[in-house]
Amino acid sequence: MEGPLGIPLEHVLYLAITLFLIGVVGILIRRNVIFILLSLELMMNASALAFVAAGAYWQEADGQVMFMFILALAAAEVAVALGLVVQLARRFRTLDIDAASEMTG
Amino acid sequence: MEMLWLVPALPLAGFLVLFVTEGKLPKIAVACIGAGCVGFSAVVAAVVGWEYLTSGTDAYSQVMWTWMAVGEFKVEATLYFDYLALVMVGVITGVGFLIHLYATGYMWEEEGYSRFFAYMNLFVFAMLLLVLGDSLLLLFLGWEGVGLCSYLLIGFFHKDPANGYAARKAFVITRVGDTALILGLLLLFREVGTLGIQESLETARSIWPDGSLMNTAIALLLLGGAVGKSAQVPLQTWLPDAMAGPTPVSALIHAATMVTAGVYLIARMQGIYLLSEHAMLCVAFVGLATLFIASFTALVQSDIKRVLAFSTMSQIGYMFLALGVGAWSAAIFHLMTHAFFKALLFLASGSVILSLHHEQDMHKMGGLWRKLPIPFWSMVVGSIALAALPFTSGFVSKDAILLTAADAPELGMVFWGGAIAAAFMTSLYTTRMMVLTFFGETKMEPHDPSKANMWLPLLVLAALSLGGGWFGFTVLDSLFHDHGVHFGLHLDNPIAIATMCIPLLGLVAGYLIFYANVFDRKGIAESGVGKAVGRFWFVGWGFDKIYDSLVVNPFRWLARVNKGDFVDLLFRFTALVARILNNLFSISQNGRLRWYALTMFGGLLLAIVFVAII
Repeated sequence: MEGPLGIPLEHVLYLAITLFLIGVVGILIRRNVIFILLSLELMMNASALAFVAAGAYWQEADGQVMFMFILALAAAEVAVALGLVVQLARRFRTLDIDAASEMTG
Repeated sequence: MEMLWLVPALPLAGFLVLFVTEGKLPKIAVACIGAGCVGFSAVVAAVVGWEYLTSGTDAYSQVMWTWMAVGEFKVEATLYFDYLALVMVGVITGVGFLIHLYATGYMWEEEGYSRFFAYMNLFVFAMLLLVLGDSLLLLFLGWEGVGLCSYLLIGFFHKDPANGYAARKAFVITRVGDTALILGLLLLFREVGTLGIQESLETARSIWPDGSLMNTAIALLLLGGAVGKSAQVPLQTWLPDAMAGPTPVSALIHAATMVTAGVYLIARMQGIYLLSEHAMLCVAFVGLATLFIASFTALVQSDIKRVLAFSTMSQIGYMFLALGVGAWSAAIFHLMTHAFFKALLFLASGSVILSLHHEQDMHKMGGLWRKLPIPFWSMVVGSIALAALPFTSGFVSKDAILLTAADAPELGMVFWGGAIAAAFMTSLYTTRMMVLTFFGETKMEPHDPSKANMWLPLLVLAALSLGGGWFGFTVLDSLFHDHGVHFGLHLDNPIAIATMCIPLLGLVAGYLIFYANVFDRKGIAESGVGKAVGRFWFVGWGFDKIYDSLVVNPFRWLARVNKGDFVDLLFRFTALVARILNNLFSISQNGRLRWYALTMFGGLLLAIVFVAII
């Protein structure tokens, strides 16, 4: 169960899960928008790591292809999200996400 | 005879013009269109009638277009012109035109002049469709059309809620009869498989050579429709209230034409009735009961129009009696003469009412005969025709009915006795009406606004009421298949002599009671029995009360109890569930982003756990 670098696959996956959970917790407990975005980035990279590790394990290029996709996705997401953050900051004069809770059902 | 289609088309055109212009035309133009199109229609009808009489054919039918066609089955819009249609069309357009002409003067001061004539023209169109259509569908269309116009015109003065109530009452009660009618028509259609009237009568004759239960059922259902439309017992209670409409409407719809539609229906469907003895007997008894009840009721009314309404009911009762004993021609002949003299009576009483500023209570009238000569003499002529004094038109037709009824097997004397008693009452209440209205002391000062357009129809109708009988035994008798119309002056037959003399006796009795005051009239009316009987007669033998307690009040109670409409509970329950779910889910939409993220992850976790367990 070892990859080409001698690191067992489980270890990499544990790391990915840990990173992902840190991201989740970050989204749930942070109120600052910037930090929420950072946590989001963390989660995406955690899943990208899992892809790469799996690709290396099966000696397939697919994992790396998925990583490229995720990279592009993250770049696009950041572009949109930072625009929203700027708007949020302008309108509410704060970065607290709970301040922007006007869209109730 | 190719112009036949023009007869109903002209009033329809008049209606459409008045309807589209929405009362924006000047009054004089409305009068010209409203009365003119019916007048032209009468001219066309006269030409067609003349061609029909000289051509010697039995019937003429004109296919206008194919209404619908499904495979073998075809419904055509066909007009059918025979002796029956000739009489009906003549009455509808001829008398109808005179009444329209009168109405141009009578309604001049009223609001909604254009609306009035639009409804009237629509009515004439529907009535013509009813009598000319050679298809059960066209007949039903006309039948419902006249019902609608009757409703609209009874409630014409719609600002008084009582008039609206009267209109609704008329509509609902005739609806009971209409339900029976449509059931009868559908049954007939199912049995004979065609909608053409002539065709279906022929088929009925061939599939039920000796009559059958189904045939009797159809005949009775059709009778139900006729009873509703013609205000016969037991569906007669709407007609007296229908007098809420303007007087020309009462003359046209509730005396001359629409209420005789039932008579027309039975005469048209005589092929079916001839096969069923029981149905014929029912028709005769319905007529007998109505003419008896109504003539007693008319004796104690104080509203002049209500007297005439009950009189109309009883005269139509005579027609039903005639139909029931197989005197088809006498019934149709009486329909025609009745249209003449009853329209005359209504229009003349309308002139009286108008000159007294819409006062209809006869007890407040009196001594008008010198002041209103034209209405007075018109009413005299109408009254002697109604009372069937010898040599008037009413005499010729009623005589034919009574003598045929007397010849009926077994029950002949019952029919004759009942009818002659009612004839006595007829001349009694007619005399009372005349005495109360025109003689005695003057209680109100009349002003007579009549112009030529109002007294001319009275003169023409008066001439027809006197001489209309001539038309019957010269022209009609040769057309009718049973030759039941002839000049009945049989001085050798005691029954015929009695039939002739009893109305005269009624007249004399009426003179003695109401004019000369030979008996203590007030004393009798004030005594216990007299009061009770008078009240009983006044309310039309309590039919309204019976229906109120049997139908109206239980229905009201049901409506009150079921105000929330329990059927609606189902739909309201659905709405309630949707609303609860909406409230439930809108709690979750609190606008907090982190809350959304939490629920998302929570849901994901649940899904993973769920998959893991399975």
